[in-house]
Amino acid sequence: MLTIDALTHSYPGGHTAVDDLSLAVEAGELVTVVGPSGCGKSTLLRCIAGLQRPTGGRVLLNGDEIRDVPDSLAMVFQSYGRSLLPWLSVRDNVALVLRHRYGSRRERRAAALEALAEVGLADAAAKHPGQLSGGMQQRVAIARALAYGPKLLLMDEPFGSVDAQTREDLEDLLLALRARTPVTVVLVTHDIDESVYLGDRVVVLTGAPGRVLAELPVGLPADRDQIKTRQDPEFVRLRAEVGRLVREK
Amino acid sequence: MTGRAALRGLFGTLAAVAAAEVTVRAAGGFSGDLPAPTQVLAAAGEQLADGEFTDAVGATLRVWAYGMLIAVGVAVPAGFLLSSIRALGTACQAIVEFLRPIPSVALIPLALLVFPAPDRMKTSLVVYASVWPILLNTLYALRQVDRVQLDTLKVFGFGAAARAWFVSLPSSVPFILTGVRVSASVALIVAISTELLAVGDTGIGTYLAQTQSAGGQTDQMLAGALWAGVIGLLINGALTTAERRAARWWPVSGKEGVA
Repeated sequence: MLTIDALTHSYPGGHTAVDDLSLAVEAGELVTVVGPSGCGKSTLLRCIAGLQRPTGGRVLLNGDEIRDVPDSLAMVFQSYGRSLLPWLSVRDNVALVLRHRYGSRRERRAAALEALAEVGLADAAAKHPGQLSGGMQQRVAIARALAYGPKLLLMDEPFGSVDAQTREDLEDLLLALRARTPVTVVLVTHDIDESVYLGDRVVVLTGAPGRVLAELPVGLPADRDQIKTRQDPEFVRLRAEVGRLVREK
Repeated sequence: MTGRAALRGLFGTLAAVAAAEVTVRAAGGFSGDLPAPTQVLAAAGEQLADGEFTDAVGATLRVWAYGMLIAVGVAVPAGFLLSSIRALGTACQAIVEFLRPIPSVALIPLALLVFPAPDRMKTSLVVYASVWPILLNTLYALRQVDRVQLDTLKVFGFGAAARAWFVSLPSSVPFILTGVRVSASVALIVAISTELLAVGDTGIGTYLAQTQSAGGQTDQMLAGALWAGVIGLLINGALTTAERRAARWWPVSGKEGVA
């Protein structure tokens, strides 16, 4: 579904963030991308999203090269506080991005309420983002992304700035939503445990400039549990393996 | 302001007025037939029922309001244009910096030549004076627009114009309001000074000029000035409230907001 072919991106000034990175993602897969900080993970996502034109190589979505922002793609940013529009209610934040999906405002609002109910925020629809906790704001961002009905969902360290308990809740929310919706996910994280817990496959990047160091299929059952999965020998083995790779230069 | 501070302010004002009253009465109005504060207040009360004066106030406020509307209508789109087309913005920077410091009243002779109708003449100068604070605040606001918000809408398929409408404009509102508040006071000053300097048919400034030249109406003259001050205060108060409300319901960026 998504093919990244020899992607290279250098910023003006000479810093090369991503160098000759190739990766293929199958439809319906949840791929986690992990690597040391500054390894070009965000640059990779921005190139896939069409927010940035790579200086070399190509990104293909269903065989078509991405030149502009693809219609079938949504993204969840790390800085939820800056990604939601603070002057709109939570419901209108979700409804806004459905402008091209539904003709009438009533349909958009109904769809937005439905999406908010999916993430357990039906009661917060009338509130403004600033009135919600960080974890709730990120739920809104997830609801907004899924309401958009993307085929490909990009997540840039989505749970990086919430507390540990909230993070586990959000991880399980993502897995539950994904089990219900046929969506392909590329999730970037710097958290090794998270990359194994969430992923069908873990892609480990090298330090800057980023390229693929290893791809590890995750042999864990699809139904995951914060306590049991983390005790699974396969989880423990993979976590050690990914940890070793991330530290490797 | 606490109750005690308000009380002190009231005492201070009353004391100053009383001192002025005593001084003026003791000196017999000085050489210029200066009225005592109580006489000015009485005249101010009478002016409320004086059709000539209320018409003059209405005329000035009309010029002020039209001028402000046009200034917002010109400055906000101009700000968007100048900041979205970088070359245009750079090209216009020098001319903006040159035109901005020219005092509006220095342009009265030019305005008299270009606009024979007094209302248009006054409005044009109000627009000239009001455009700059709004334009500069709009330009400043557009530099503060959050990149993540713009990127978010881009990912969800919003084009450049839609991003300007749904992100840049709303996130600029608090800054634009600040510009409007600054302009509003300047606009009132310019409207009244233009009326004073280039005597037209009506307006607060014209009224002040006439009461001064007619002689024996200094109480009405000062009462007119008092009303001009009250109007300025009311406008500023209303816009400060609007601004504060916008800042509360319109957290520009970040996580804080109404809690």
